Amino acid sequence: MNSGPALAFEKRKALAESRWKELFQQPRILVGTATCGRAAGGLEVLKTIREELKKAGQSIPVMEVGCMGHCYAEPLVVISKPDSDYAPIVYGYVTPEIARLLVRDSILGDDPSLEFMLGALEANEALPSLTDLPRFRYEKPVLLENCGRIDPEDVDQYIANGGYAGLDKALEMKPQDVIELVRKAGLKGRGGAGFSTVVKWETCRNSAETPKYLICNGDEGDPGAFMDRAILESDPHSVIEGMIIAAYAIGAGLGYIYVRAEYPLAVERVRHALRQAEDSNLLGKNILGSGFSFTIRLFEGSGAFVCGEETALIASIEGKPGLPRHRPPFPATKGLFGKPTIINNVKTLASVSRIVSRGLGWYSSLGINDHSSGTAVFALAGKVVNTGLTEVPMGTSLRQVIFEVGGGIPKGKKFKAVQIGGPSGGCLPESTLDLPIDFDSLTEAGAMMGSGGMVVLDEDDCMVDVARFFLEFTQNESCGKCTLCRLGTRQMLEILQSIAQGKAMAGDLKVLAELARDVKAASLCNLGKTAPNPILTTLRYFEEEYEAHIKEGRCPARRCPDLMAYYIIPEKCERSCDACVGTCTVEAIYVGQKRVKVIDQAKCVKCGTCVPACPPQYNAIVKISPLSELPEALPALKAKG
Amino acid sequence: MIEYLAEVNLTHHQSDITPEERQKLFDFLNSLGQHCSREQSDLIPILQGAQSRIGYLPAEAMLGIAEYLGIPEIDVYSVATFYNQFRLNPPGKHSIRVCLGTACHIGGGHIILDAWKRRLGIDKKQTTPDREFDLDTVACVGCCAMAPVTVIDSTEVHGKVSPTRVDGLLLGYKLQKEKEASA
Ligand SMILES: Cc1cc2nc3c(=O)[nH]c(=O)nc-3n(C[C@H](O)[C@H](O)[C@H](O)COP(=O)(O)O)c2cc1C
Ligand code: SF4
Ligand code: SF4
Ligand code: FES
Repeated sequence: MNSGPALAFEKRKALAESRWKELFQQPRILVGTATCGRAAGGLEVLKTIREELKKAGQSIPVMEVGCMGHCYAEPLVVISKPDSDYAPIVYGYVTPEIARLLVRDSILGDDPSLEFMLGALEANEALPSLTDLPRFRYEKPVLLENCGRIDPEDVDQYIANGGYAGLDKALEMKPQDVIELVRKAGLKGRGGAGFSTVVKWETCRNSAETPKYLICNGDEGDPGAFMDRAILESDPHSVIEGMIIAAYAIGAGLGYIYVRAEYPLAVERVRHALRQAEDSNLLGKNILGSGFSFTIRLFEGSGAFVCGEETALIASIEGKPGLPRHRPPFPATKGLFGKPTIINNVKTLASVSRIVSRGLGWYSSLGINDHSSGTAVFALAGKVVNTGLTEVPMGTSLRQVIFEVGGGIPKGKKFKAVQIGGPSGGCLPESTLDLPIDFDSLTEAGAMMGSGGMVVLDEDDCMVDVARFFLEFTQNESCGKCTLCRLGTRQMLEILQSIAQGKAMAGDLKVLAELARDVKAASLCNLGKTAPNPILTTLRYFEEEYEAHIKEGRCPARRCPDLMAYYIIPEKCERSCDACVGTCTVEAIYVGQKRVKVIDQAKCVKCGTCVPACPPQYNAIVKISPLSELPEALPALKAKG
Repeated sequence: MIEYLAEVNLTHHQSDITPEERQKLFDFLNSLGQHCSREQSDLIPILQGAQSRIGYLPAEAMLGIAEYLGIPEIDVYSVATFYNQFRLNPPGKHSIRVCLGTACHIGGGHIILDAWKRRLGIDKKQTTPDREFDLDTVACVGCCAMAPVTVIDSTEVHGKVSPTRVDGLLLGYKLQKEKEASA
């Protein structure tokens, strides 16, 4: 075809590559400053490093990068010195003090400060590397490959790592051929439902109506999920590239990227990336001289979970309350402003860039079968050692993700369940952990792939409480359009609350299960249809926990505040120590007879702050449930229990 | 352009807009024409703009925006009340957002919320009488690995918060205020 644009991009790429290579020839420092890095103090570390270098009169480049996935060890710093004996080293848990030492010893000096090392960035002879960790056997970063390794604000670094090559290639293909390629790759949407991407695209492309729109769904409303946030913050161009390719395939001239306002850094990075892409003629009029034009607008969502649903999202871009509407007609035929519209998740679009640039053979070699191709990105949180992000081929088991990649449960506690797929998903117990992860197997087990949030629960977590938490969420977020979603979720929440308070009656579980069925059947959108899932799975796998609450007033996990109390075992308390007294923020611990500490149950707010304060050799503070077992309970408390 | 602002008087909504806020609103509405069309699809960005200038959406702002876009006032009001992001009462100098997402819930987010409530003496969605702090919850700030999380002034993210940490953070603000007062 037209050789003009290809040549132009080739030149650009060559330039970017030589800049990237140059970067590796000198010492350089990377600091992770995605939101997770910031929460752990990454910005102070960054500032310290810059100040120390300035003081020393050095101008070594300090790059801000996104999330490397090892959120548990944030703030992370990478030091790379090509003329030293060592490979680039990743340092974890860096404080400003450690940063100061790193600058003095490792950057300006020759001491690699191995005591702060997490591992070398890549496999090498001299040092243990991150790739030696057991998790590396299971992980396969594709969508996350650039995260934490390139500067998200520098488009050239993305290009030097293969970015925009897919776009360049796509523009030389016919739109129909791009669609064919994505069909053969078997790409399924990563936004939750796993719907075939190409079926939607084709419907939109074949519609006679114009104009057509493309929307990237970066709402990520699922609590406990943060992979879209991390990708948008760490590698925004991969999403933008996917959007341009998708727009080319379906024939859209205008696109929106919908990012939730709770993600201010993602918004900032995307805005910056859009500007850069425009300045580089990767976006806008006559992209790379191909004759194809496409514009992207950034739309900040305003914090309503239901707006992640396609039709509600469209309503909100149109300036209306985010109420879902009945489908069909599907957005692919009648969407934004009544015109054909495609909505795809952040990860779906980031996959498109890679499928086009690396080709079919490569993509089908990931994953397990035609049904579940590609990789799955998970956000690991909760009671797991290595909280953070991971990407594994489809077909990896939950056990491998939680115990090998995630490093298992901290503090020697026992695994209880894993909550997958957010409010639409469910809680899976130990017995399901060997399931291979794919769209179908998880649905069969009662959960859902969802967007990829994975919250691990241990023996201290109560399943009734978890179900209650999700119902509170969905009840709050229901748009209120459907009666059963609006009132049914409220009713279910009330029953769960009474169970958690030990006030429920024997027949309540039956009512709960019936309501769950009805809400599922009579709701318009998937918020209502899936709202009962957390109840249904916890009932399916953990019914005895519900029973204990109802029949014995006992919370087996000793978590529900109305059914448990903190208690100091007098025999175990080391009388002369005062550690717990000082930590209690409501002054509920007093000095009793013979200096034994006692918790005033009426004052105690059950925050649990005192437990870790009690030195491990005494371990005198315990949780007790039911309240009737509280040895010196106040009469009032005892009567309740 | 929008001269009637001075005389709007709302009974259905309590509004104690200050003269300074009124001026900001006036300037904002008058600047809209330069970079905004008059389509309903601009409503949410305009509301976001107004809120970021004034800090909240006084009734006058909603009326002015309805007038500007030529849409019924109730449409503006229904959008402003549908989304969690918009607030109809004045914020405090510092905004405290406690995450109550799944990971934060598991990590004890509600305990942190209780600690803030107790210390500030207000419930969520309220502002302290001295307008120093306002308190609200948020459904996941995407920083679950650091749960439980509190965000202060929308960008300052604090991870692994404990009730003692809440006290510490508040003490920091108190000291800072004393320093400012004595300076
Ligand atoms: C209540 C609700 C919330 C949703 N939230 C999101 C979201 O935050 N992000 C997302 O990509 N999809 C979300 N979805 C799914 C979208 O409606 C839609 O299926 C998806 O964005 C399509 O993209 P995909 O085909 O690339 O998966 C949600 C669906 C429902 C019913
Ligand atoms: S199911 Fe619930 S959230 Fe969905 S449209 Fe109905 S009321 Fe709204
Ligand atoms: S911290 Fe433990 S040992 Fe020390 S006074 Fe409290 S209960 Fe006793
Ligand atoms: S649940 Fe609080 S940051 Fe995600």
